[in-house]
This record gives sequence, structure tokens and C-alpha cells, in this order.
Amino acid sequence: MRNMWIICRKELRSYFVSPIAYLLLGMFAIVFGFFFWNAVGYFVYAGMEAQMRGGMFPMNVNEQVIRPLVSNVGVIGLFLIPMITMRLFAEEKRSGTIELLATAPIRDLEVILGKWLAAMALYAGMLLLTALNFAWLFRYGNPDWKPLAVAYLGLLLQAGALLAIGTFLSTLTRNQIIAGAATFGVCLLLWVLEWVSDYESATWSRAMAYLSILTHFESFAKGLLSIKDVVFYVTAIVLGLFLTARSMESLRWRS
Amino acid sequence: MITVQQLTKSYARSTAVDHISFEVGKGQIVGFLGPNGAGKTTTMRMLTCFLPPTSGRAAVAGFDVLEKPLEVKRRIGYLPETPPLYPEMRTIEYLTFVGKIKGLRGPELAKRTDFVLDRCAIADMKDKVLGKLSKGYRQRVGLAQAIIHNPDVLILDEPTAGLDPKQINETRDLIKSLAGDHTIILSTHILPEVEQTCQQVVIINKGKLAATDSVNNLRNRARGAGSVLVEVASRNGTIESEIVQKRLEQVPGVSRVLFKETCGNHAIFEVAGRSDRAIRGDLARAVVEAGWDLNELRTAAVSLEEIFLQLTNTDDANAESVQASGDAVQTATGKAKE
Repeated sequence: MRNMWIICRKELRSYFVSPIAYLLLGMFAIVFGFFFWNAVGYFVYAGMEAQMRGGMFPMNVNEQVIRPLVSNVGVIGLFLIPMITMRLFAEEKRSGTIELLATAPIRDLEVILGKWLAAMALYAGMLLLTALNFAWLFRYGNPDWKPLAVAYLGLLLQAGALLAIGTFLSTLTRNQIIAGAATFGVCLLLWVLEWVSDYESATWSRAMAYLSILTHFESFAKGLLSIKDVVFYVTAIVLGLFLTARSMESLRWRS
Repeated sequence: MITVQQLTKSYARSTAVDHISFEVGKGQIVGFLGPNGAGKTTTMRMLTCFLPPTSGRAAVAGFDVLEKPLEVKRRIGYLPETPPLYPEMRTIEYLTFVGKIKGLRGPELAKRTDFVLDRCAIADMKDKVLGKLSKGYRQRVGLAQAIIHNPDVLILDEPTAGLDPKQINETRDLIKSLAGDHTIILSTHILPEVEQTCQQVVIINKGKLAATDSVNNLRNRARGAGSVLVEVASRNGTIESEIVQKRLEQVPGVSRVLFKETCGNHAIFEVAGRSDRAIRGDLARAVVEAGWDLNELRTAAVSLEEIFLQLTNTDDANAESVQASGDAVQTATGKAKE
């Protein structure tokens, strides 16, 4: 497993040597900053309005600021995750360095896990930026930290699943753009599958909704740690990485 | 050190490597020779565990490539056709990374890194970004990564392709200096390279093994039973080549006389005899006694190119066309070197 960390460090380095990491972190910080500013602004406005009316409008930072914001982090992630994973294998295949990895005395699994962990680390770095924003809420308000921690865990699990899928799709092509576009398409589809449950309640629609990444995030956003949703995400991660391993093996048989 | 038995790689529509068998002893340099698309790279990829064979067996240092890939990979240093470099890395970072994934740690890693930097003469490029190195330096960094873990076997896929003549010489010298400690297989389609660097040749064509032998044996083999070129001149103007040919055929030990060309008062014959040495004296005497001049008497030199073409030409071309295309290859390689 030491090899896994060697690969992981190498991948992280190449994220940060090229502008990719800075671009992603910067874009994420700006977009999330805007969401945060909006959410807090609206919360303050609603609070003042409630006060002026003299009504007892229930105000809760967790419910009205944190919960919609963490859901939005997921949405931003949807756009950025393909950009994180698209290069993982496609670039190695194009430049021929895959031959180096495939003929070095390391296991495929170590390469795959190393690359996926590096992608996870970059995503975790993006989440760390949101923590800066949330810190202001703790400075001026009094939110509960536990639901936020659960939401972070949910975000990591959700991203882990999408990153695993992206890693898999990256092994299928030498072209980074194709890998990225395919990942975006699949992620988007997994996202919106849940919509069918709005008007249909047949078994197939419930099955489709179950497959949706979004369905399983709702409890996390509320701050509820539900085992079945954790199991769903972990299963998705394992499946994605398993497919990656299969694909890497078939690469050898096909190429 | 390397054993290959009936190795085959087939795809849905084609067979890239077709039942190839050969063996390489410890410390040898073996030239893997064949025209483009002959299956050299595929064979090498199977030896390095990058591709699994469809059937047959390949073993490196006693370990089978399918059963014990990790053991094989530990003992092999591989330089693919394009050096597998990460363009954004610096030379030293790259070598350290490769050393690590090949199992080197701590002081040993530092020692080996310094060693290969020195050995491949890339110490000056230590802190340069790989993407900005010239072709020659990339090749050397590629070679450095192949030898960093001091492997028993080195597999080099066209190590001199695309280099300038000076770099080609340097690379060849480097490869030669690595022999002894390492068993080396190098593929090439440049023949002089094999003549200069290798002791043994494996020639493949269209996926099939065409020949495997030592360079010297191959040369002797193509000479056949010892062909001798004889140039005969007549003293009085013109020469009757048929008369000369008849006379030469009567010399004891001569099995075949081939008329090659005539030019003014002299004619050239290629004489094949049962034993190279014995017929020369008789030939010379016969020519002189018949009243002709013996202008030249020499062993018909055959370059590896001709052997190669003879072996890889599927249709039985006559000697002349082989000669002609041999010249074409010569000029082509000459140009490539310029």
C-alpha cells in the first residue's frame, strides 16, 4: 500500500504543478462565495422582515443557511468533478506513461486507489474553502456544528462516488475531453434521475429515484446520518473503482 | 535469462506474433530485428507483462510473465518506443518517483538516482522540466528510468530512433557499457546497429521468427559454402566470359560459378565452392595458367542487410534484386543517420 501513497502524491503534485488545481479551487471559491453571500443576505433580510412584522418567524441558521448551501456545494461539484477526474488515466494513455505504471512492480489496484485518493484530496481541499465561509457563521451566529459535520461527510461520500465513476470513464479513452464530457453526462443523469418520483410512483420510478445521487444526499443535508445512504455511496465508490480495475485489465487484452 | 516458447499474440482479425521461440543467455545483448510492424514491440510488451500472450510461454529469470508478473517486473527495466516521461516533472523528481514505484527507498534510492544521472550523462539536466528536454536527453532519461532499479534484464524498444548521429553513437556506447551486468534485448530496424552492438540476433518478420543466431554465424551462413568473387581480365582486348566460366567450373572443389558482369576486357564471377580456403589457390592458378590476369580475388562480403532481406523477403527474389534493395536500405539508413 506504500505504492498507493507514492502514486497519490505524484497525482496531487501534478494537479498543483499545472494550473488545474488553482483553477478549480479558485472557481469553486468564487461560486460558493457568491452562494454563501446570497444565502446569508437572504437570511438577514428575512430576519429583519420578520422583526418588522413583529411575527414570530422561526429563524434557524442550520435550516435556512447551511442546509441549502451544502446542497449547492453538491451542484457545483457536479460541474467540477469531471475536470478533476478526466485526466487521471486518459493523460497517461495519451503520453504513453501508462506503460511505465503497467510495467512497474506495482499492482493495478494501488495505481487506481492512489489516483482516486488524490482526486478525493483535491475535492476535500475545495470543501476546506467552504469551511472558511462557514466559520463566519460560527463567529457571528450560533449554529449547531453536528449537522454541518454530517453534511460534510455526505459531500465527501457523494463526491467519492462521482469521482470513482469519473476515474472509470477516464480509463476508457485517450482523450481527456471525451472522458470529461462523459463523466459530466453520467453525473448529471445520476443527479436528475430523482425527478421521475415527482409524478410517478411505480416501482421502476422508485428504482430510478433510488439510483439518483441526489436522493441519498437529502438526509445528510438535514444533518441526519442514515446508514442506508452511507451504504449506497460506499457501494457506488466500490463499484466505480471495481469497474476501473476491470477496465485497466481489459486495456491490456485489447491494446 | 529469458525463455520464450511458442509465444503468440492474436487479435480478432490478425496475429501480431505467431509462435515465436528463442532464448537469451545471461549478460548477452540481443538485437531484435524486423521491418516495421513485424511484431517487435508486441513481443517486448509481452515480455514486460504489459500485454498478456494469447498462447505460449515467456519467462524472465525463471518467472512466468502470466503467473508471477510482479517478480518479472522487478527484474525488468523497460524503455518503450516513446520514453514514458511526465512532461511537468523535473528530471530528478521523475527518477525519484520511478525509483520509488520500483521499490527503492531511502539512501539506496538516492544512491541509485545519482548513479543513473551520472551513467546516462544527464546530471546537468537534473533540475530541468522533462517537457523541455531535447529528444536525445529524453531518450537518456528514459534509459535512466529503465536501469534505476538495477534490473537483470533490460528491454529497449528502438532506443536510437530519432536521434542524431552523435546521440546514436553515445546511446550505443551506453548500451554496450551496460551489457555484462544486464541482459539486454533491443529492437531496431537499423542493421548496422545490430552489427555494432549485439552478439545475437533474433529476426522476425510478419510475426514469425525468421532466424535466430549469433551475428557472426548469420554472416557466415549467408556466405554459404564460401563464395569468392573473381575478377578476370584478358590481355588481348575482349574477354569471352563463357570460356572463362567453363574453365572456372573445372577447378576442383567449385560447385557453382555465377557470371556477374563484364566490363571491357574483364569479367566478374561469383564462385561457390565446398570449402572457402581450398579453392582460392586453385582458382588463381587456373586463371593465370589459362593466360588471363587475375585482377581480384576476394570473399564475397555479405552485409547483415542482405541476410535480412533474404530472410524477410517472402517471395523468392533473385540475388540481383536482393542486392539492389540492399543498396536501397543502405541509402535509407544513411539518410536517417544524417
